[in-house]
Amino acid sequence: MRWQSDPLLHVEHLTMRFGGILAVNDLSFTAGRGDITALIGPNGAGKTTVFNCITGFYKPTEGRIAFARDGRAADADVAALTQTSKRHGRSASGDIYLLERMPDFEISAQAKVARTFQNIRLFQGMTVLENLIVAQHNPLMQASGWTLLGLLGVGPYRARERDAIEKAKFWLNKINLLERADDAAGDLPYGDQRRLEIARAMCMDPVLLCLDEPAAGLNPRETADLNTLLCMLRDEQNTSLLLIEHDMNVVMQISDHVVVLDYGTKIADGAPAAIRSDPKVIAAYLGVADEEEAQAVAGDRT
Amino acid sequence: MPAGRDTSSPPAAHRLNHALREAGFAALIAIGLSFPILALGAEPDINNQLALQTRWSWMFTAAVLIGSARFFAVMLDSSRARLLAIAGLLCTAFGFGTWYFAGIADPKIVGGTIAAGVLAMLAAFPADKPEKNAHSAAKTPARPATNLSSTAASLFSAAGIGALIAFPLAMLWWFGSAGSLKWINNYGIQILIFVMLGWGLNIVVGLAGLLDLGYVAFYAVGAYTYALLATQFDLSFWICLPLAGIMAAFWGILLGFPVLRLRGDYLALVTLAFGEIIHLVLTNWSDLTNGEAGILSIPRVTFFGIPFTAGEDGFAHLFGLQFSPIHRTIFLFYLILALALITNFATLRLRRLPIGRAWEALREDEIACRSLGINTTNTKLTAFALGAMFGGFAGSFFAVRQGFINPNSFTFMESAWILAIVVLGGMGSQIGVALAAIVMVGGTEALRELDFLKQLFGQDFNPVQYRMLIFGLAMVLMMIWRPRGFVSTRTPSIFLKERKAVAADLVGEGHG
Repeated sequence: MRWQSDPLLHVEHLTMRFGGILAVNDLSFTAGRGDITALIGPNGAGKTTVFNCITGFYKPTEGRIAFARDGRAADADVAALTQTSKRHGRSASGDIYLLERMPDFEISAQAKVARTFQNIRLFQGMTVLENLIVAQHNPLMQASGWTLLGLLGVGPYRARERDAIEKAKFWLNKINLLERADDAAGDLPYGDQRRLEIARAMCMDPVLLCLDEPAAGLNPRETADLNTLLCMLRDEQNTSLLLIEHDMNVVMQISDHVVVLDYGTKIADGAPAAIRSDPKVIAAYLGVADEEEAQAVAGDRT
Repeated sequence: MPAGRDTSSPPAAHRLNHALREAGFAALIAIGLSFPILALGAEPDINNQLALQTRWSWMFTAAVLIGSARFFAVMLDSSRARLLAIAGLLCTAFGFGTWYFAGIADPKIVGGTIAAGVLAMLAAFPADKPEKNAHSAAKTPARPATNLSSTAASLFSAAGIGALIAFPLAMLWWFGSAGSLKWINNYGIQILIFVMLGWGLNIVVGLAGLLDLGYVAFYAVGAYTYALLATQFDLSFWICLPLAGIMAAFWGILLGFPVLRLRGDYLALVTLAFGEIIHLVLTNWSDLTNGEAGILSIPRVTFFGIPFTAGEDGFAHLFGLQFSPIHRTIFLFYLILALALITNFATLRLRRLPIGRAWEALREDEIACRSLGINTTNTKLTAFALGAMFGGFAGSFFAVRQGFINPNSFTFMESAWILAIVVLGGMGSQIGVALAAIVMVGGTEALRELDFLKQLFGQDFNPVQYRMLIFGLAMVLMMIWRPRGFVSTRTPSIFLKERKAVAADLVGEGHG
């Protein structure tokens, strides 16, 4: 129950309104450090909106998204930070970020929250290797002396660039794309592009990686490979994952914690086994309106 | 589609046979078609009655040209080699034309053009390599490397720079002190200014993918910065040059801020308006800029402090040369060459730095950039600032070369011209932009040389008047045949094993 004992991400009373539409309604949940947390729900439940709020692409209408990057943060520290107008503060165990106050690029650069997209967003006209080097933009920018030293050819840029290539090779090896490093990303088959997008996000050394439907469009074999990859990210790289997924094979096999949304509201939250038998979840997925019927279905299952 | 395109190309002898047959056939068709049009002409005689005249030479010229073109089309596989051969053919024909039709017997011009044309035609055969198609190559990795090796590329660029350095001296030797002025000034300097402007705009449009229709504004800022500082404060060119660059970069950032959130058509419109605003300010702020009358007697360029004058302390006297105005022109040529090369090397270097990769990533996908922690605001502003800075350098060079500037040198037409060079060359490609500048600016100048066309179309015919028509047509044809410019593939900035060009259809065009 790490999402209770050592939460990394606290989403509290998150509300997102688009004009008259309430996309996310007073949503609160936590994601545990080192967990794979799955955010599931029927189409239009508001999952991607939650993602966009966490990664800064939307400014939430209301609510707080606290991110304890380095270790468990005391509630008092988070509350104290909220009182100030600052985005970022420190607690005994490390840095705390209030993501709803930060612009998107700072969330990825400083808070170390990376993401992928539902419709793959690779740099199609750049090579596979270049995609992974662009992901290391900020450390390389610093090594190039914000371009000035790099332009003159002095400073540690050459060495840091070699390190960046090594890191890219490491990840290409992990996703079996080393052979295609010099090909354009847009030339890769769909499944490879999905994995490359994950590798690109991993090149930023994220603490939390948000994956928006990583298994969409993959065949069963590729899905199995993806499961292995995601478990590797959690177990070997100590990266916490937050994923939106419709493929229940993925969700039930690898996630440690499942949060279920329906019409922007949380309807269930718990371990996969508990979710599977939750009557509200089944009702939401099967579209059963009647509470009794839902319970009947749940009774059949268990 | 000629038979030679097949993967299993026929043996050489068989192919030559085939090509000759095809060429003969094409020539026969040309004769058949041109006989009533070219060979027979009706012209009024002394009695003002129409009389039939024969112009056999015209018909045979057409037949030879068309036959040769067909020959090259069958013999050569790659479009690059074909282009070279056809260019050589036209060059040779031009040489013969000046001699035979226009009666210009200057052996240097006639011999030079014919020799260059024949050389180009001969060079087309070794240059004929299988079509480089990175897209299909990437899907079949078994095929060998699809790009020029880096040593060949660097040799090529070294040869190009060497040729450029030798250019004014060769012209001087070839045409003499008076005759070479036209070549060094009208062709050399004029083309290099536009090469530099094209390379500067290439950062904004080609790399960062931000469509800028008001680039001439920065050219104007650079020119006026030098003109005003030099005339009002007596500052030397070498102090003003960096100041002009900084000033233009400052205005680039100023333009950058309002357009940060704009895309596509809106971005283009605001940049267009910005160019117009600068033009109007220069026209109407008479106290500062002297309005339409412009700024006169801007100090001319000096050889690091030594003026190019005929006097005792002039350049010619100090270096023991006979005074000639060509010295200043040659110095200006080397100056703009140096500035253009600095632009080029800076751009090539920037492409390998994180900022350059971020520009290209921005062109490909802005949202993905933000998800990777790239500050897109700063990235766009640096692109505008650096592009503008090189425009400013070019502007101050323009002012020191002309000695006189007024707002009419900085109209929207100039912006359109520079943008056309970037688009025609292939967005993001340095060599493509240089080629396009040569074709567009050099082409305009070359129209002035086509006096022999008066023999064909009458004395009132002025080919320069058809400049826009010809370039409009050329642009339409380019957009049909090579919609992504001369060099449409993208060269990766980094590679593990081999540098494979990225096919044009994958490369983004930015949001503008």
